[in-house]
Amino acid sequence: MLQALNKESLPIPYHQIAMNHCNCPGQHAPNPPDACPAPRLKEDPAPPSGLDFGVITGWEPLNTIASPMVANEHVSFRERLRNLSVRWAYKRHNHRITPGLYSFGAPDGTSPVLVTANYKLTFDKLRSHLSGLQLWILVLDTKGINVWCAAGKGTFGTNELVNRIRSTGLARLVTHRTLILPQLGAPGVAAQTVEKETGFRIKYGPVYARDIPRYLANGMRKTGEMRTVHFTLMERLSVVPVEMIHALRLLIPAILVALLLGFTKPESPIAYPLIVIPGCLLIGTFLFAALLPYLPSRAFSSRGAILGVLWSALVAWLTHTPMSSAWPSALIATSICAYLAMNFTGCSTFTSQKGTEIEVRLSLPWILSGIFAGVLLPVILTILL
Amino acid sequence: MKFRFHHNGSSLSLDSGLCTGCRRCVEVCPHAVFSIVKNRAAIVDRASCMECGACALNCAPGALSVVSGVGCAAAIINGMLSGKSPSCDCSASCC
Ligand code: SF4
Ligand code: SF4
Repeated sequence: MLQALNKESLPIPYHQIAMNHCNCPGQHAPNPPDACPAPRLKEDPAPPSGLDFGVITGWEPLNTIASPMVANEHVSFRERLRNLSVRWAYKRHNHRITPGLYSFGAPDGTSPVLVTANYKLTFDKLRSHLSGLQLWILVLDTKGINVWCAAGKGTFGTNELVNRIRSTGLARLVTHRTLILPQLGAPGVAAQTVEKETGFRIKYGPVYARDIPRYLANGMRKTGEMRTVHFTLMERLSVVPVEMIHALRLLIPAILVALLLGFTKPESPIAYPLIVIPGCLLIGTFLFAALLPYLPSRAFSSRGAILGVLWSALVAWLTHTPMSSAWPSALIATSICAYLAMNFTGCSTFTSQKGTEIEVRLSLPWILSGIFAGVLLPVILTILL
Repeated sequence: MKFRFHHNGSSLSLDSGLCTGCRRCVEVCPHAVFSIVKNRAAIVDRASCMECGACALNCAPGALSVVSGVGCAAAIINGMLSGKSPSCDCSASCC
């Protein structure tokens, strides 16, 4: 009886969703998905369509409700390549999907509703872990930013969620009143406000998408492990490419400074500054990320400086450069390493604003004086002597 | 591996008198800062708190407060240069 009632009150015939067919207005028989135009939402006149990737099938809006789009768990090779290139900051800004409601598998009125961000990387990660499940996915417009950062900025937020629940007509689609949000969306969403405004109760699901099947099977209960955010070697390395691209902006100035130092001390090998200074861009990003938990000190900048000193010493030893001619380059390399390491706070999962602010205030004067001393002192000394 | 950072959690405060023991803070905190002791929330690991603000925003009776913000040096330096408060305005090129 309940089932029948549900079906009647539902705007979209489920069997058609399950068959991956769409319900274009004015047509009686279901169409193959390709015949349907991609969904257009008012606020997003030309959304980058998932259709390019052959994954997300469009649905025409039915009545006032934007009908669900369809997603599955298969992330194609082309999409994986594209996701990889985004990790290297390539065309990062428009890697997004159309916000709105998606059906996954063959959901019905009792199926769980997951909420996520419209960053394509996030969406692909999520759906690749949902194989075999039947559910609804409500995608918020976070301007192509991942859940955690968007929550911090407030785009994965209370207002967007409330509006999206209303504009998709979710309340008429499902009979239950529970939404599962990613836990890391919590800094942007006040659960009690959403409940007051829409009647939907919020449960914060696991931090990582891979735990969702276990979480659902477990009656929507999280273990302590599912609640905790990590910063494993793989996670640290996955954010390195973007940091390296940022550090590349320093490459040309670094080489110029290295050449300058090489010429002010003509008797010493020019190889030293040319290896140490540009090389520290890699040390301060890649090696720092890899070794983060093993370096002493709590401050990122001093951990980076330690690496910088070790790197300078190693190259000096390998190139037989005496300390008397190595110090300016070593000073600069150490300062750059400290700076790059400090910037890694933004990628990390555990730094507070207060702590980072104090670190910046304490370290920046040292870093800047290190660089100035390394560049200017040898020049002054050459002129004087 | 548990990471620590200086001054973490220094602005987090809990008013036990207002707490209803709803467990919401335990549910949202990514660093296991809270635990429920005798039906009330308790701060058990303040030094792990990254001041993300999730607990305070989701605590319905308002028992929790925290000064939240971005723990990103680039944002803070940008804030110093522009004279505004630090914000992640790296136009989606970072996270
Ligand atoms: S969310 Fe607030 S009311 Fe609920 S347990 Fe935590 S401190 Fe107490
Ligand atoms: S501010 Fe964030 S990290 Fe700190 S206790 Fe609250 S939820 Fe946990």
